[in-house]
Amino acid sequence: MSMAPLFLIVPAVAAVLAALIPSNRWRPWLLPVTGTLHAALTGVALVRSEPLSPTAWLALDPLGKVILLVVSLLFLCCSYYAAGYLRSRSEQPNRVFCICLLFFLSTASLVAWSRHLGLMWVAVEGLTLVTAPLIFFNHTQQSIEATWKYMVVGSVGIALALLGTFFLAYSAQHAGHGASLMVSDLLQYAPALSKPWLHAAFVLLLVGYGTKMGLAPMHTWKPDAYGEAPCVVGALLSGGVTSCAFLALLRAYHISVAAGEAAYVCRLLLFMGLLSMATASLFMVGQRDMKRMLAYSSVEHMGILVLGLGLGSSALFGTLLHVVNNGLTKGVLFLSAGNIHRAYHSKSTEQVSGAMQRVPLSGTLFFLGFLAITGSPPFGPFISEFLILNGAFRSGRTVVGALFLVLLLIVFIGMGATVLKIVQGRPSIAARKTSYRDTVLSGAPILALLVLVLLIGVILPAPLATLINDAVRYLEGQP
Amino acid sequence: MSNFFNPILVVVLLLNLFVLGTSRITSVIRGVAIQGALIGMLPLLLPGHVSRGAFLMAVLTIVLKGVVIPVMMNRALRDVEIKREVEPLIGFQASVILGALGAVWALLFAGRLPLTEAHADSLVVPASLATVLTGFILLITRFKALTQVMGYLVLENGVFIFGMLLVQAMPLVVEMGALLDLFVAVFVICIIVNHINRAFSTLDTRQLASLKE
Repeated sequence: MSMAPLFLIVPAVAAVLAALIPSNRWRPWLLPVTGTLHAALTGVALVRSEPLSPTAWLALDPLGKVILLVVSLLFLCCSYYAAGYLRSRSEQPNRVFCICLLFFLSTASLVAWSRHLGLMWVAVEGLTLVTAPLIFFNHTQQSIEATWKYMVVGSVGIALALLGTFFLAYSAQHAGHGASLMVSDLLQYAPALSKPWLHAAFVLLLVGYGTKMGLAPMHTWKPDAYGEAPCVVGALLSGGVTSCAFLALLRAYHISVAAGEAAYVCRLLLFMGLLSMATASLFMVGQRDMKRMLAYSSVEHMGILVLGLGLGSSALFGTLLHVVNNGLTKGVLFLSAGNIHRAYHSKSTEQVSGAMQRVPLSGTLFFLGFLAITGSPPFGPFISEFLILNGAFRSGRTVVGALFLVLLLIVFIGMGATVLKIVQGRPSIAARKTSYRDTVLSGAPILALLVLVLLIGVILPAPLATLINDAVRYLEGQP
Repeated sequence: MSNFFNPILVVVLLLNLFVLGTSRITSVIRGVAIQGALIGMLPLLLPGHVSRGAFLMAVLTIVLKGVVIPVMMNRALRDVEIKREVEPLIGFQASVILGALGAVWALLFAGRLPLTEAHADSLVVPASLATVLTGFILLITRFKALTQVMGYLVLENGVFIFGMLLVQAMPLVVEMGALLDLFVAVFVICIIVNHINRAFSTLDTRQLASLKE
């Protein structure tokens, strides 16, 4: 029997409970409970190997497994952090916030389990809808503006993705196989799919789901949304929502490559990847707002993922590993930035300095997170970025490889300047007087994420390597 | 394709131009509502598609796009007390001309996409593309938050029209899901619109400009 319903029902039931519990103080504890349950379920689902039924709408293929792992681990850590965060914000009603966080887990799991592109679209759209109220949590003018941009840009993107999904189905119908949106059907008929429709479909899906990932030039909502949302939401958006959207893009890539259109899609992906990295590096230099800086870092890493995909089979392992690394490291960065924000009541480098002294644990974690995300050894992203670079040179794309290196370097310098301003120096007198201190709940989840990132970098746990190897083999069509 | 299919699509195309050319927001809402109700009827005109599920779907679409969403929009409009879109990015006549050019482009582009024999002489693809473009023009050139929402709805209508080619592929659950998502999206947007109005005392999205580099 499939475990899929459990993944949807457990968080949904918790969300109903969250709606019923009247106490603002006790409600947030539902989050860690659900997060732990979900992580345990994920563990079981990853270990159990069920044969992939071609007619099942909900089934966990190797690609889905990678994404489910990222979402579940990230949510687990964020849920403990959120419990502490909401306790410190007890004056703010958190019912809607908790409900939306739990539904986030439900819809994100649905994306990972979907083997039907229509259902997947519904889930990604659902993800957009449940995250909008999360961005709006602080009810300030800026957060309204951010939510508005997020909704409008996101909805337009997602509408284009639906059109792309329809085009894909029509390409199968034109081939005489009857319109189908099942991933397994589309893969099976791939060589016969009508090429003009497939090309148009891929472009629309790239633009549509790329908007949700935050690829340049559709990234405009991202700095605003990440900047104004509470940090725990920023972590889930940049590690969870983007990974889910990337999974949707992976499906489109898989089908197009199976149809023999690798050259066409790879050119587009390489271009979008480099454009995103270049845009991010441009805005990262001289950035004064630490959360907006993290948003541009997310644009950059989405660019890296798409670029890695565009390099084809030589860089697939690195790309899929980078999905995991990016998700977990973004958790470290956003959550520790949240602690610094709370200690200084500001997220601008004009007010924030000396974080290592004021909040030693969070300051250090933030700095280590920066080293990790920019690809310094011995952390996980170093391995995955190196593998992607290696793939670029091995596949003979020297120019792409060189540009990749140069852009990584610019980002390292730009981001480094801002991060050093934040962690070094002396905290201002005003910042010393605020009430925030690092606690177990606000520190331990970040530490756990960082240890995971370090583990991936140092030993690359064998089960993870197997999981990703399976996914690569599945993408290359040898299940 | 039935005999009524293409005439309805022509009306849809004309409504696109009407929506682009009018400055009164109530007229825009009415135009989009009529368009939504018309395309909601399309699935019933498909040969061999009159089942209980399809009927339910059509009724739901018509009620939602033709009645519920316009009522919600009109209520939001009454709360914020604005009547017309003033000074769009490009003038109303220019928008109409742009929309018409878009329709011509859609016709030409659709000619390059191969259709199956059953759909060969239908206007579904050009009508869909032209409607999507109209939605884009509204979204980009208008500054009132409500008009932008109408732009999104028109875009969504365009996607819906294309769905007519694929009724077999879209199982009822997915159609329902898509409709539910649309409804919730509009609902959430209405809430935000309300908050924008309260916090900024205007619905001009140009005021939403404090977040930038």
